[in-house]
Amino acid sequence: MHNFDYARADSTRQAVSSHGPDKQAAYLAGGTTLLDLVKIDIMRPEQVVDINRLDLKRIETLNDGRTRIGALVTNTALARDERIASDYAVLSEALLSGATTQLRNKATTAGNVMQRVRCPYFRDGVSNCNKREPGSGCAAIEGHNRSVHAVLGTSEHCIATHPSDMCVAMAAIGATITVEGPEGQREIDFLDFHLLPGDTPEREHALKPGELITHVTLDAPLDNSRSHYLKLRDRASYQFALASSAVIVTLEGDTITDARVALGGVGTRPWRAHEAEAALKGQKATEATFQKAAGIAFKSATPYAHNAFKIPLGQQAIVRNLTTLTA
Amino acid sequence: MSDHHKGDGSGVETFDARSPSRRRFLKSMGASGLAAATAPAWAQIAQAGQSQAEPVEPRDDGAPAEGEQQIRLTVNGVEHTLNVTPNAVLLDVLRDRLELTGTKKGCDQGQCGACTLLVNDTAINSCLSLAVSHDGDEITTIEGLSNGDDLHPVQAAFWEHDAYQCGYCTSGQIMSAVAILNDDNIGSDDASVREAMSGNICRCGAYKNILAAVQDARGRMKGAS
Ligand SMILES: Cc1cc2nc3c(=O)[nH]c(=O)nc-3n(C[C@H](O)[C@H](O)[C@H](O)COP(=O)(O)OP(=O)(O)OC[C@H]3O[C@@H](n4cnc5c(N)ncnc54)[C@H](O)[C@@H]3O)c2cc1C
Ligand code: SF4
Ligand code: FES
Ligand code: FES
Repeated sequence: MHNFDYARADSTRQAVSSHGPDKQAAYLAGGTTLLDLVKIDIMRPEQVVDINRLDLKRIETLNDGRTRIGALVTNTALARDERIASDYAVLSEALLSGATTQLRNKATTAGNVMQRVRCPYFRDGVSNCNKREPGSGCAAIEGHNRSVHAVLGTSEHCIATHPSDMCVAMAAIGATITVEGPEGQREIDFLDFHLLPGDTPEREHALKPGELITHVTLDAPLDNSRSHYLKLRDRASYQFALASSAVIVTLEGDTITDARVALGGVGTRPWRAHEAEAALKGQKATEATFQKAAGIAFKSATPYAHNAFKIPLGQQAIVRNLTTLTA
Repeated sequence: MSDHHKGDGSGVETFDARSPSRRRFLKSMGASGLAAATAPAWAQIAQAGQSQAEPVEPRDDGAPAEGEQQIRLTVNGVEHTLNVTPNAVLLDVLRDRLELTGTKKGCDQGQCGACTLLVNDTAINSCLSLAVSHDGDEITTIEGLSNGDDLHPVQAAFWEHDAYQCGYCTSGQIMSAVAILNDDNIGSDDASVREAMSGNICRCGAYKNILAAVQDARGRMKGAS
């Protein structure tokens, strides 16, 4: 593996100053994305700043009902936290559906937000890939684009899905990302954090060079809501989503009073389906309502040669999830 | 990245056929060397365990050279002071520097689970871990499970249920099983065990016997406590 300078940070400020506004540096959290990509020579940091000793491992309930998660809380610890499991079941379920026991033990909240695409052409180091080599083209558009390629939010420059399960649940819940950088602290709305590929697929997120994620703060849970994460994949465990849905609903009798819907496996970023939500609110919880909302969620979908099946599959992920939740 | 590859700056020592470790390994094969050579890696682990009466000696590298960092790792209860380059991977340091080759390298990319071991009692993939990051940590590998000749209940159950064919995935399977059986959050039904162990791939497809062994070990561990 490519060698690098290594610094272990004891404080957030030290981490930010060790990293500097230099693009050739990388923060090391669980390492399950970073070291994987350094080993296969896709990421080549000259400086690695190890943030594992930072005091960012707590989950706190704030006075306003929100929940603040430290950047270094592991995926296992977050999924198992009692408050998360009861107030944000969708998040707990999404986390537990991702990766493997060992990987979840290492993977962190911020690392998961920052994970890179699983597109094989990005990872092979030789194919044309605008993300890896801006301007080189996108081998996936005419290539094998079945499992980790999107139908929503794609551009002629990149069609890779954002692979995270956790982020889909967070997109449904609503959240704020707090960052600390060379220019101080700021907050970013979770839904603005991941960028659409557009003309610049190499730009994946809203962080400025050197910024460190310190917390992800979840919006307060909807009163009397139920939520569920449904992940559809090629095998029953340990596989990225072909299509997934994170759904939160509140009901009065059989009327849906509020709904949140986000999708995974089908979009180039964790995909919040606002229009589908609008089609659910105030409606009776019937299959016809669910079908209509699911259709709306994929209204702007673009299928590619091998992934057109994701449109009906994604719609089914919405309908089945709502059916379970309102039964 | 290969185990035996020199000069890639990975901070990993190369394998030398004449090194003491190699001799010790051959010696440990002993009188039944031929049988051991054809037996699964798992059987070799058990056998090596028997003849390795003396524990692994603590290693102290002295002052670090330029570009190296000094770290302390407690591995199976023995504290080592090691100098490593920043890019040295925990799996490689254990195998190539401490000669603890029970932990296996399969994919080297976090996908197969062969490299699973416990860091401060939590199961992780050691192929995606930098050794420097683990300065001060307690590590348990397959070599650290048995108590002398007394196999850990999970080891004994794997042995009795024939929970392997080639044996390459076995140490990773056992380490995951140990962590799962000690974790109250993970259900005891077959489906929960299968799900929790899905990060340990078995190319030989010994899953049925692996599951049986894990469930049997659950009973033995309860009985012991
Ligand atoms: C075999 C395999 C299967 C997987 N399957 C799934 C799956 O099914 N579902 C799923 O959702 N995920 C899956 N993953 C991805 C996994 O969830 C991510 O690799 C993990 O969440 C990354 O977290 P980490 O802490 O290890 O990040 P790291 O690897 O440490 O970091 C990832 C990136 O984020 C940056 N970074 C880390 N922390 C910060 C911070 N605080 N501020 C700013 N930047 C930071 C790093 O510099 C790096 O660029 C899988 C991974 C593997 C290897
Ligand atoms: S889909 Fe994106 S990541 Fe994949 S080859 Fe095209 S540009 Fe690269
Ligand atoms: S060698 Fe680490 S997971 Fe395969
Ligand atoms: S026994 Fe051969 S890989 Fe599992």
